Amino acid sequence: MSMRTLPLVFINLGGEMLYILDQRLQALNTSEDNSEKGVWSENDRKRVMNGIVGAMFSKDFMDELLKPQQLYSHRTLKTVLTRIAHASIMRLNPASMDRLYELMVMAFKYQIFLCPRPKDLLLITYNHIDTIRELVKDTPVVVNQVDETHRKIIEVYSSLPEGEFQLLRQTLLIFFQDMHVRVSLFLKIQVQNPNGRFALSTSGPVPHGIDVPGLIRTFDGKGREVRRTEFPSGGSYSSSVREGCFELHGDRVIRLGMDMYTVNHPEETHTSKDTFVKTDNTNLLAKEELNLLARLMGSMKAEKEPKAETGFWINLFTTDQEEEEAGASGLAEEPLFEVINIQAMQDEQVTTELARIAGQFAEEEPPGNLTSSKGDDLLAMMDDL
Amino acid sequence: MYHKEKSIQIKNSASALYNNLGVLRIAPRSLTYFTVVHANVVNMVSASWDGLNYSHRQLQSKEPNVATSTSLIMQAAFCALPSRDLLVVTSQKGIQIYESDGSTMVYWHALDTPDTPTDQAVFARGISAVGKSYICVGDSSGSILVFDVPSKGSNITLSDVLKGHKKSITDIASECSGSQDCIADLISADDGGNLCVWKSGEEFQRFNNIPGFDISCTSVKLWKGTAVAGYGTGQIRLYEAVTGILHAEVNAHARWIYSLDIAPFSGLLLSAAEDSLVRVWHLSIKPESLSVEVAHLHNECVTDTQICGAKFCDGDGHAFAVTGYDLSEIIRYTQS
Repeated sequence: MSMRTLPLVFINLGGEMLYILDQRLQALNTSEDNSEKGVWSENDRKRVMNGIVGAMFSKDFMDELLKPQQLYSHRTLKTVLTRIAHASIMRLNPASMDRLYELMVMAFKYQIFLCPRPKDLLLITYNHIDTIRELVKDTPVVVNQVDETHRKIIEVYSSLPEGEFQLLRQTLLIFFQDMHVRVSLFLKIQVQNPNGRFALSTSGPVPHGIDVPGLIRTFDGKGREVRRTEFPSGGSYSSSVREGCFELHGDRVIRLGMDMYTVNHPEETHTSKDTFVKTDNTNLLAKEELNLLARLMGSMKAEKEPKAETGFWINLFTTDQEEEEAGASGLAEEPLFEVINIQAMQDEQVTTELARIAGQFAEEEPPGNLTSSKGDDLLAMMDDL
Repeated sequence: MYHKEKSIQIKNSASALYNNLGVLRIAPRSLTYFTVVHANVVNMVSASWDGLNYSHRQLQSKEPNVATSTSLIMQAAFCALPSRDLLVVTSQKGIQIYESDGSTMVYWHALDTPDTPTDQAVFARGISAVGKSYICVGDSSGSILVFDVPSKGSNITLSDVLKGHKKSITDIASECSGSQDCIADLISADDGGNLCVWKSGEEFQRFNNIPGFDISCTSVKLWKGTAVAGYGTGQIRLYEAVTGILHAEVNAHARWIYSLDIAPFSGLLLSAAEDSLVRVWHLSIKPESLSVEVAHLHNECVTDTQICGAKFCDGDGHAFAVTGYDLSEIIRYTQS
């Protein structure tokens, strides 16, 4: 349907990813400096943030996203987001990435679902951008990239009529349909019900530009109002609040898209055990989808790490197996997330791992040719399909 | 006034699309057909009136690409013509017409898609039968395709393309099908809130334009010469179709209206929106002043659900059915 979903999808999902990673990495931080090996310092956390934000908001990547195109599959989206996450010094194992993706998606689905007016999707996006800017505020180069992207988004989306925004929103709702992963934070603050559905209130302020329901006005043949009648609205609505700001900086008014996670609640990134599995009956990706994947991967900046640096692996969330071993139920009392496995890996292994992640959609093993660049590998694999 | 009945379970959940419920009452066989769109699939249920038999069928969008997202269905609706009933399914690829039980596809019309993607989405949306033998389908460019339907067989032809809208068509509706005489019998709505009023025939004539306010009209109905339109502002407006005179305006819902329906024999109006509420109204024409009045009758709240389809199950409005985004059931209500 809508050809303009990708930039908003990546900024919002990427934003949620950063909120979660920020919260998890802060929870892991037990030392101020780099001296202890295997411990995440404040400096490491900032490097991870800068790396991811730099990759996501790079001009080439954003330009690719801004081209009109369809929204494809979850598999493609997850692959690109994994690659973005790995543009930093951090490495996530597949189980962590799966859980992370679920959390990101459920947060974004919640925001889209409750979005008061379709064009408020932009305010939600700007909330994410504002917080991202804060996360990287110490690195002017990256802040510039964020500002540039924000300006482009304003330029492209500000003039879209509401009908187009609703089509965009409908496209996203269809994409996230049937996903009901329960997130303990959402359950706790009661935005999500135990059955996984989001709470939709029939009280509170109406969206900007909408009148409080309850009035019937009748007119005569000359357009003069002749009668006003009221009817019970079945809810308790109040007038709308002021409209949020759609400029580069300003009060967005809407709180959707702001960081819901805090350092003090480490268990809030827990998801229910019934992991969402969307039955995708096709093992192949459409040709257009593969082309998009190739373009997006190719346009991402490859971070040049000095040889002495190694990537740090992180297991963000305990796996199901570890949970069972610990005798945990769906909603654990103890925060089990303090058990972290961190492994340092060589660059070469990282390259293979990335190629493997990028090649997850291929049925056969990718050719074991590590001397060529990652980009060539990927394109070669796609030609073979 | 109404109470909830046993819901009908469907194979997948309803997608967030305007007017996402089709209903066809087959009196001779004591059956009702329902259709609900889920991404690239139409779920069809045939329900017997005694509530004992339900049979399910799924229709795929034609030429589903490997990536589902490029073959999404926008709408499925029944078209009841004097000679036959048909099921029309519109998607990003084109228009499929089936026999009303979904058993056979009798016609396929492919939409022109540009070679290189533009930022405009391409799709067909807005379906209505009109006159003796026409089916009208709208598209994202604002055109309305008119198909001439023979009384049986698959020799359906595209007989006209109506240009009256500049924005994507959202909904089309008609009245006076068959023998009745009307000044205007077709109305179409678009994403800018504009309404066009037409008279069907060998050459369709445009009778009137009722301009909008840049907010989508998502659902429209025509009843006794009155255009009833639902908007993204949550408002319902009643206009005299041929003149454009505004009869009434209702601040009906707190979010976008997704579906309107009228029970023609009783003048009952059904409205449903993303605010989780379904409302029943009564329309009455006052002959002395030639005005139309709206009275509110009933509310139903489908908790935590953004409703996407609501239709009466019969011409008197004795019962109605509702679908909601992410819900895998058709909820039914009957008059107490």
